Amino acid sequence: MAEVLVLVDHVDGQVKKVALELLTAARRIGEPAAVVVGEATDGIKAKLAEYGAEKVYTAPAELDDYVVAPKAELLATLATDRSAAAVLLSATAENKEIAGRTAVKLGSGVLTDVVDITADVVAEHSVFGGAVVTHAKVRTGVPVVAVRPNAIAAEAAPGAAVEEAVSVELSDSAKAARVTERVKQEQGSRPELTEAAVVVSGGRGVGGDDFSVVENLADSLGGAVGASRAAVDSGWYPNAFQVGQTGRTVSPNLYIALGISGAIQHRAGMQTSKTIVAVNKDPEAPLLEISDFAVVGDLHKVAPQLTEEINKRK
Amino acid sequence: MNIVVLVKQVPDTATERKLDPADSTVDRAASDGVINELDEYAIEEALLLKEKHGGEVTILSAGPDQATDSIRKALSMGADKAVHLNDAALHGSDALQTAYALAQALGTVEYDLVILGSESTDARTGVVGAALAEYLGLPQLTLANKVDIDGTSVRIQRQTDEGYDVVEATLPAVVSVVEKINEPRYPSFKLIMAAKKKPVAKLGAADAGIDTARVGLANATTEVVDFAAAPPRAAGTVVKDEGNGGVQIADYLAAKKFL
Ligand SMILES: Cc1cc2nc3c(=O)[nH]c(=O)nc-3n(C[C@H](O)[C@H](O)[C@H](O)COP(=O)(O)OP(=O)(O)OC[C@H]3O[C@@H](n4cnc5c(N)ncnc54)[C@H](O)[C@@H]3O)c2cc1C
Ligand SMILES: Cc1cc2nc3c(=O)[nH]c(=O)nc-3n(C[C@H](O)[C@H](O)[C@H](O)COP(=O)(O)OP(=O)(O)OC[C@H]3O[C@@H](n4cnc5c(N)ncnc54)[C@H](O)[C@@H]3O)c2cc1C
Repeated sequence: MAEVLVLVDHVDGQVKKVALELLTAARRIGEPAAVVVGEATDGIKAKLAEYGAEKVYTAPAELDDYVVAPKAELLATLATDRSAAAVLLSATAENKEIAGRTAVKLGSGVLTDVVDITADVVAEHSVFGGAVVTHAKVRTGVPVVAVRPNAIAAEAAPGAAVEEAVSVELSDSAKAARVTERVKQEQGSRPELTEAAVVVSGGRGVGGDDFSVVENLADSLGGAVGASRAAVDSGWYPNAFQVGQTGRTVSPNLYIALGISGAIQHRAGMQTSKTIVAVNKDPEAPLLEISDFAVVGDLHKVAPQLTEEINKRK
Repeated sequence: MNIVVLVKQVPDTATERKLDPADSTVDRAASDGVINELDEYAIEEALLLKEKHGGEVTILSAGPDQATDSIRKALSMGADKAVHLNDAALHGSDALQTAYALAQALGTVEYDLVILGSESTDARTGVVGAALAEYLGLPQLTLANKVDIDGTSVRIQRQTDEGYDVVEATLPAVVSVVEKINEPRYPSFKLIMAAKKKPVAKLGAADAGIDTARVGLANATTEVVDFAAAPPRAAGTVVKDEGNGGVQIADYLAAKKFL
């Protein structure tokens, strides 16, 4: 069976959940081969084995000293050398870029923001803000596919996870854009936004930089906190938490929107959430049209009552 | 500092957007065409850099005849001139083919910097900037929320999921922008009038040295197999808060097994 390369997202020695989802998808197509850039800790390798990685290719962390191009060189080289059946990545902004460059190198095609994928690499997309569902495939070469986190449920299945270190001789042009500094904003102890099963987001309706009404509800559900652009632009919550077209795309089991009108750019980032709940004082807010359950009222009354009720029922 | 800004015309997100059943490409007749939102931020950034460092701002757009409207709008924001790549052979090009065609068209212009949006609102692949850098062999400084030029070097803040990375390279380079970078200006009446007289060079595939066997629907690297309107979301429940709205949500969440 041909190998299916999976670029593994990991942070602080932990595999991100989306990598396990990708391994699950890869098993439909062929033999999953994980690609880890940076240190593959025992913890990482164990997780990859648990979710079916037959191989674990490891590459030096230096690839991350430059923007995108080195990882594309790595993936393209591996895909060619191992005659891979497909290359799968998570559909983050950076990984979509890696996917694009990898496909150019392979002379193949790229599909991004995929929500499902079949054994013969036909990919499902949800486009135009969720209004249209398309199926698409790559016609030439090794398909490169970026899959949305939380779209495919991860299922465990043992794999051999045979480790193999790979070295890449980076071209000069791959080293053209150097990362000279990394600035991280505090994430706190909440789950990562795109990985979380529950996301509670606050918008302009929160009314100020005291986001505790949103945070408390998120914490009662073990969820992540998100924000609309209006809230981020007002300086009430950090940029990294913006949900939407130009923020993060989330697809949790439960999305709760507090004081968010539901502009198309916001919906673009959360429309594929499985269940949507909204609290808004305006019965005409567009978000109510796509909500499964909505309360028309003041979020500062409704959300604390909900939080209290959840904590009571635990 | 000569800057080329890439501008895509997209169907207005405020209208119902459709695909054409004949060939699964965007149905341009169904919606008004507007400038892709993020491209207005790209234009604004180019104008700010020009105000600081001098030079010229050129708009480059690949698209059919109606893209002219978006090109004029871009010129009315203050860009100096435009190149319109328009050829029937390009119809149905996918993201990588579009990047290839744009890379070829860039060969007809002199530039130190290419600025584009990080994502379109219609196809949203977010790969054109990266693919373009790959085709041109130029440094990729994408997802920028800040751009600084110093002589021949360029430094950006690249937006990441955790915060931002500082990235440096030498010119020429490809920069894509996110919406945090600036606030696009509105065209003044004077500029709108002036834009009517600004030069728009028409470019066919052959003029740009585009190999027509590498572009267009028939040669696309990707293919839409089928599409359909998404099944409508079952109409949700909307209740008015009568003092127990929070409890009602809790009941709903419990019924859905979230609690
Ligand atoms: C290029 C571009 C990219 C963009 N990208 C994004 C993006 O990634 N993410 C994003 O979110 N937006 C994005 N936007 C902005 C988007 O168009 C909207 O402006 C934004 O989503 C509005 O945020 P909001 O819903 O919080 O604010 P508003 O639209 O002002 O809505 C506030 C809502 O809160 C309700 N409300 C007020 N007070 C209360 C209260 N006490 N209790 C209950 N409800 C209350 C109001 O009824 C209203 O519906 C983008 C725009 C552009 C042009
Ligand atoms: C619903 C839908 C889904 C699609 N999915 C895919 C897919 O999965 N894979 C694929 O290969 N193709 C796909 N396509 C085709 C693709 O959209 C077009 O080829 C498009 O021209 C380039 O992709 P983009 O808009 O996603 O670019 P993005 O990378 O999202 O756009 C980034 C920037 O590139 C610049 N730019 C893009 N196009 C032009 C242009 N024509 N002229 C000037 N500047 C431009 C703009 O500055 C823009 O802000 C899809 C099209 C549709 C309608």
